[in-house]
Amino acid sequence: MKIPVVRQILSANDQIAMENRAAFDAAGVFVLNLMASPGAGKTSVILATVDRLPQGVRAGVVEGDVASSIDADTVAARGLPVVQINTGGSCHLDAPMIHSALPHLPLNELDLLFIENVGNLICPADFALGSNLNVVIASVPEGHDKPYKYPGMFAAATVVLVNKFDLQEVFDFDLDYFRRGVAMVNPDAPVMPVSCRSGAGMDTWVAWLVQRVARRERGKD
Amino acid sequence: MHELAVTQGILDVVIEAAQRNGGRHITAIDLVIGDLSSIVDDSVQFYFDLLSKSTLAEGATLRFRRQAATATCADCQHQFTVGVPLVTTCPQCGSVRLHISGGRDFYVESIEVNDEDSGGAADPQRQ
Repeated sequence: MKIPVVRQILSANDQIAMENRAAFDAAGVFVLNLMASPGAGKTSVILATVDRLPQGVRAGVVEGDVASSIDADTVAARGLPVVQINTGGSCHLDAPMIHSALPHLPLNELDLLFIENVGNLICPADFALGSNLNVVIASVPEGHDKPYKYPGMFAAATVVLVNKFDLQEVFDFDLDYFRRGVAMVNPDAPVMPVSCRSGAGMDTWVAWLVQRVARRERGKD
Repeated sequence: MHELAVTQGILDVVIEAAQRNGGRHITAIDLVIGDLSSIVDDSVQFYFDLLSKSTLAEGATLRFRRQAATATCADCQHQFTVGVPLVTTCPQCGSVRLHISGGRDFYVESIEVNDEDSGGAADPQRQ
């Protein structure tokens, strides 16, 4: 006997992601899920962004790594509240992991929460966490073909940063080609070249982010 | 590791569906998976055989229906099927203004269960 089901395979994860989102909304925290290859500069983007936030905006961080607390130590050294999640081999964060981290976060004392996902351009795209924004960080040394090779990740992005853009000439990085690849799967996602090292482009990105947070506060996101 | 989590998701969905329908044993599972989702059928099958042991889904056949992704050219409107890596130009007019749709589905479409309650034993034909 055939029984129709028609249910998303990751619906259990999606359900918990919605609960996470409700907890974030209740505490008034705006949440970013940062996804990228290993070494693209996720931690650097968090720190460079926090440095440029308007005064009084309180940020916290969840660090997802297969192992180690290197990133969490780096972030904690800057005085930010941080929770480290070690996935113990799993290639992505999922909603239950974030749910378990909630009691360890001072949500009522935060305005922004950065969730740094495991470095990987495949799996994290499929697992909703309950964030307001999916930030995909590409970087110049990885090459301009990444949107064509990993369309699922770029389709999941709300915004795409291209980090290490100060190296564009060294790597012959073709930004137009990259932009077209993103636009093919995700025409609405802005693509912003940045450099955490030189600071170029960071003000544009932070201004965009602050605007998105304000939009959410006006009830539009 | 990705497929491990995905396979657990499949199992959760189908067992819940089977339990809602009298707890009968599952003999087949129909999945719809988009070509742009990075799921490897063989890998799902491998994890399924491990994870489904001693469950209502043990021994069930996995049937994958692949859903293609379609590119549409913004200049000449030509439509064609694409996979990964994505093509960069329209094969008809050479335009680079392409839009991709579909290929992202990721769900359990249906299950087949034993017509009569087999008390949770695996389908003998599958042993």
